[in-house]
Amino acid sequence: MDIALAVLGGFAAAAVAPLVVARAGHYGGYLLALVPLAVFAFYLSLAFGADDVAAVSWTWIDALGVDFSFRIDGLSRLFGLLISGIGAIIVVYAAGYLKGDPKLGRFYLFLLSFMGAMLGLTAADNLVTLFVFWELTSVTSYMLIGYKHEYQASRDAALQALLVTAGGGLAMLAGLVLLGIAADTQSIAEINAAGDVVRDHHLYVPILVLLLIGAATKSAQFPFHFWLPGAMEAPTPVSAYLHSATMVKAGVFLLARVNPSLGGTTEWTAALSIAGGATMLLGAYLALNQYDLKRILAYTTLSALGTLVMLLGVGTELALKGMVTFLLAHALYKGALFMMAGAVDHEAGTRDVRHLGKLARAMPITAAVAVIGALSLGGFPPLFSFIGKEVLLEATLENEWGAFWLLLAVVAVSSPLLVVAAGVIAIRPFFQAGGEPPKHPHEAPPSMWAGPGILALGSVVLGLAPVLGQGWLIEPAAQAVAGEEFEVRLALWHGFNLPLAVSAMTIAAGIVAYLFREQLRALTWPVESRVAGTVGPTRGYEGFLVGIKRGSAWQTRKLQHGRLRRYVATTALATVGLVALAAFTNGGVPLAFDVGGVHFYEWFLGALVLGGGVLTAVARNRFFAVTAVGVVGVGVALIFLVFSAPDLAMTQLLVDVLTVILFVLVFYHLPGPMLQARRGVLVRDAALSLAVGATMTLLVLGVVHADRPTDVSEFYAAAAYAEAFGRNVVNVILVDFRILDTLGEVVVLGAAALGAYALLKYRARDPEGDEQ
Amino acid sequence: METVLAFVIGGLYAAGVFLMLRRALARVVLGIAILTNATNLLIFTAAGLTRGEPAFIDEGETLLSEPYGDPLPQALVLTAIVIGFGVLAFAMVLIYRAYRSVGSEDSDHMTTTEFEDGER
Repeated sequence: MDIALAVLGGFAAAAVAPLVVARAGHYGGYLLALVPLAVFAFYLSLAFGADDVAAVSWTWIDALGVDFSFRIDGLSRLFGLLISGIGAIIVVYAAGYLKGDPKLGRFYLFLLSFMGAMLGLTAADNLVTLFVFWELTSVTSYMLIGYKHEYQASRDAALQALLVTAGGGLAMLAGLVLLGIAADTQSIAEINAAGDVVRDHHLYVPILVLLLIGAATKSAQFPFHFWLPGAMEAPTPVSAYLHSATMVKAGVFLLARVNPSLGGTTEWTAALSIAGGATMLLGAYLALNQYDLKRILAYTTLSALGTLVMLLGVGTELALKGMVTFLLAHALYKGALFMMAGAVDHEAGTRDVRHLGKLARAMPITAAVAVIGALSLGGFPPLFSFIGKEVLLEATLENEWGAFWLLLAVVAVSSPLLVVAAGVIAIRPFFQAGGEPPKHPHEAPPSMWAGPGILALGSVVLGLAPVLGQGWLIEPAAQAVAGEEFEVRLALWHGFNLPLAVSAMTIAAGIVAYLFREQLRALTWPVESRVAGTVGPTRGYEGFLVGIKRGSAWQTRKLQHGRLRRYVATTALATVGLVALAAFTNGGVPLAFDVGGVHFYEWFLGALVLGGGVLTAVARNRFFAVTAVGVVGVGVALIFLVFSAPDLAMTQLLVDVLTVILFVLVFYHLPGPMLQARRGVLVRDAALSLAVGATMTLLVLGVVHADRPTDVSEFYAAAAYAEAFGRNVVNVILVDFRILDTLGEVVVLGAAALGAYALLKYRARDPEGDEQ
Repeated sequence: METVLAFVIGGLYAAGVFLMLRRALARVVLGIAILTNATNLLIFTAAGLTRGEPAFIDEGETLLSEPYGDPLPQALVLTAIVIGFGVLAFAMVLIYRAYRSVGSEDSDHMTTTEFEDGER
């Protein structure tokens, strides 16, 4: 129960957030931070509690086997601690960053809802529960990215993120459903415990592909990476929270979650290593030609996400250890760096590094955070991410997969590029001279440096003493990802070995590259700008949007053409086609011809009705047609009379008389002779009409001799007098048993009468307002 | 008799659809009238026909005695007749109104909800 409270408490806090902010202004933010703090404390208590796993479950949709269930294991705990811990910091940070913003209450509403969705996603045990929270993160992030909705760029970025992630979410839903079918259970824990069931299932490849699309869109893997830099339109607290530490890692989380049941195959290794490696390289490279602090950070985040996916793809024990370690390290330093960028923007008025310089004197604490963050980004010792990188290199070097050299090359190229990005972030704005920021910079308020300071401190402490995080946090998470037991022993110093040598070489290469960064940019930018302008995925996305609009316009023109007779023809043709298809697939309809015992006057009645119908259809004069319709009505009334339905006959006769009178009244006002169609058109329409008629005849012939259930009729026959004290059973049904239907009928007639009255009284007005 | 009526119903459907495929709105409404009759007859026939045995409970009895014409489809058709008339009456007023507004009874002149230039 307390699990559900912790997971869903964010939504409750979100609901009251606008009220709190309305009362307390930005101080309300400090108050609201208590909620994520409490969640953080709860997850800590779980980590040091007696049980390794905490679970709770309610039946949701019994018939579909859907439970609303949570199960918190090591991986969920790691994510829960990151989401709630960084969440608390972000809530405080936003109070400073958005101080005085009139929409602050709404901001907290979205932010805390997002936190709840993220906690639910990482704690979910049921596939459907997981999906619901997954989509909630997409929706809330749409709100958050589009927070500055007055700006076109902000709205476009939000829509782009929503379309990409929610589109991927649809693929993922299909994948989750297939996964549930393949494993014959919807509990993720049971699926993971079932061993090779999913891997050996014939649906394995579709499941893998669909889930990969979901994960790749969410975690911005190549070629879906383009939405993440765009999402930097969001306020910086959002970027720091969603786009570094939490939401973009949801895709990685999903892959890690299903790793025990889906991972380890050749397909898995190949797909994830390639997608992850490509993203890692591309993100590190794309950061090179950026000058906006947040965009540089966004591209390095891409690189980090690619690293995580690649490590999951490699999938060895060491790689999974490295994945978890790197995930934690990245969340710590990237969160801090984003908040640092926001503080610079807030105090200096720009995030463009070309306009910033010598900020270290005015903003010493922010500068310290930037330096620690940048050293982490570059993978320098003694920070925690250095350990992560060591394990990453070790895992790459011992990798047995054939493309080992390829992966090593990816790491060897992207690491120095990240060092360049680190230098651009930390050295240029804080220590070099030059640049004229729009505002005279001051140190940010404590609410904006305390949080990033804590995260930066975490990077240092865990780097110097990784033992503090390994036993209770990293080890259970890595075990949950692997689905097996092993020990995690992290150390800053591994001795002189190959990973250390590679690490040192990449750092050295990075420093050299930083010194020659202008030359690198001059070399690459002309090519990059040309490629992005012609074939980049952003172009693909735009083309997709244009195509969708064109497609729907075309379809509307074709389907909604406004010509009544074409609608009728389409409907008639579809009816005939579908009935024929159904009859054909069921192996034909048994028909019974039986004209024995038909009285001569019944033949006459049939001929009367049929003849009336045909004459109506071929009449050239309106009043002749009305007469023929009247004959049809009378003939039907007589048929009712012969076959035991006197009430029907009476009603039909009255209605028929009224119908004829109405027709005459209306037709009297219509102009001269009726339009006549060309012969070809008439033949075509007659053929279609005869097809419809033949279909209906066959239907009736098929139906009349089939067995019909009679219990409802028998009930009325027995109950009419006993319960309703009426002898005319048809009347009793209408005015007693089904009286509400009859009431509805009266309402329909009333509505038709009112509508007719309004139409007769209506006078069309032209746009100038003159009466017609 | 069901076999005979099956062909009558088919003929009525053919006539109704043929009328609804015409451009003259008067014919379209006539087609609706024919289709209404055809459908009522279809429901009535599909339930099976019984001659001369209305579903009345005789004086002194409390149960309906066999054989009897099935009261259930009759109740349905009775409702359908009345509703069908409501629809038809509304449709008639509608074509009258449309003719007055557009100045034509050709449905091909009514492909848009907006007035076109020079058209009232």
